[in-house]
Amino acid sequence: MVRFDDVWLKYRRAGEATLAGSPDVVRGVTFEIPDGGFRWIIGASGAGKTSVLKLIYLAEHPSRGHIDILGTRVGKLSRRDLALLRRRIGVVYQDFRLLPHLSAYDNVALPMRLARKPEAQIKADVTELLQWVGLSQKHQSRPDELSGGEQQRVAIARAVVGRPKLLVADEPTGNLDDDQAERLMLLITALNRLGTTVVVATHNLGLVARYPAPHLEIAGGKLVSDG
Amino acid sequence: MAKRIDHLGLRSAMADRLLPMLVGAMSFLAILAIAGVMAAAALAAQWRGDTGAALTVQVPDASQPAASGIGNRLNAVLAVLGATPGVTGPKALSAAELDTLLKPWLGEDAESLALPVPAVITATWSGAGSITSLRAALDEAAPGTLAETGSRWASRVAALTSSLQDSAAAILVIVALVASAVVAIATHAGLAQRRDTIAIIHGLGALDSDIAARFALRATLLAGFGAIIGAALAVPVLLWLATLAAPFAGVLPQSGAPSLPPLLWAVLPAIPLAAALIGWLTTQFTVRGWLRGLA
Repeated sequence: MVRFDDVWLKYRRAGEATLAGSPDVVRGVTFEIPDGGFRWIIGASGAGKTSVLKLIYLAEHPSRGHIDILGTRVGKLSRRDLALLRRRIGVVYQDFRLLPHLSAYDNVALPMRLARKPEAQIKADVTELLQWVGLSQKHQSRPDELSGGEQQRVAIARAVVGRPKLLVADEPTGNLDDDQAERLMLLITALNRLGTTVVVATHNLGLVARYPAPHLEIAGGKLVSDG
Repeated sequence: MAKRIDHLGLRSAMADRLLPMLVGAMSFLAILAIAGVMAAAALAAQWRGDTGAALTVQVPDASQPAASGIGNRLNAVLAVLGATPGVTGPKALSAAELDTLLKPWLGEDAESLALPVPAVITATWSGAGSITSLRAALDEAAPGTLAETGSRWASRVAALTSSLQDSAAAILVIVALVASAVVAIATHAGLAQRRDTIAIIHGLGALDSDIAARFALRATLLAGFGAIIGAALAVPVLLWLATLAAPFAGVLPQSGAPSLPPLLWAVLPAIPLAAALIGWLTTQFTVRGWLRGLA
């Protein structure tokens, strides 16, 4: 379950020691996503979608309000517990964020290695996932040797390899052509059917129309529609 | 992490030449400082033993009759010294020996100046008994006689040694701080170069301790390697210095080959360990501090 309770967020301005004077980029947002649910987060560019996602995947702390992720109130967690909670969240970034010096295999294996999983299990899971996303022949390729679509598939394989309870995707189809976007959405909806809670931010309303699901609409940092 | 993969790309991000070189230079200086302290302590111990035991007696008008009226003043003083417990081997310096002693001060003309030079007696003073009583006895036998022990010089040598040791300790602290600063700068450079990678790994759930350990391992290896090189380069220099210092220490090896004290050989491997520890601690502190800037 993901729950926001009157959540506000400010970014510290460069060179300033405090948040005082910084504008609110998320303003009093309240919503709840049940376990196994699927939510689109929609809104225009700059509306605050990515900021809401960052709060969900624990890249930012709210300046006010409370957030529960997977049933855990995050405000009181230690840095170690926050890191352990992050391992239960898969994130697909718009810009992929693959490690350029690692192969596709090692990029996908990274979350499992961070979790100190046995190498035999890592090999089995990563090999299966690379096959699932159609990259088994390119497992030794580095990101700069892959196309944008292939990189995105590596990124989603990395996001789901740890069997996350929550999958968060920020404009996941933004760099993909229609075929690749369709394939990616099939992967995401398949994961959702397997019980993963999914939150996808997009400004592509055509995509939302093709995969109908409840949505949270953000405008000016506020939640203007939930349903 | 079961498999040792360079997730952070530190092999290229943390300077693999500059850091070992600078830490090696610091280790080299640290070893020289430690060797200096040891040499100073050994020389001081030797000098304290030599000068502290020396007794010098000056007898003015040595050929004049003694106060007792029996024999001259020089013989009277020698008799008192010979009868005093704790004084051994009293010997009056010959005129030639006196000339040699005075030549540095008076030049080649020392003999022709016809100065009233007192007779000088050297002896060994064990320290037993009172120098004041001895002076009184000598003054009674030959008024105006002066007796000096080397204790004043010995205390000065002790003070000098202590100052050298304090200076060396300060040098070691400075060297350790500089080495720590070098590691911190290299770590900050590595963090800046790998900022995006660290953010990704942090977002995937890496613990601060995991990330800090990766940097610390790299810094420890580089610092330890640099210190080993520094220590290895210091050895021939130390042997050369030992050769130079041998005459002052009264240790002239029969074979002619210089040698180092066993304690210094024991210290040499400790320097790379200390450098590695400094590298590890500094990196852990630096990386964990930097990571606190992330959510």
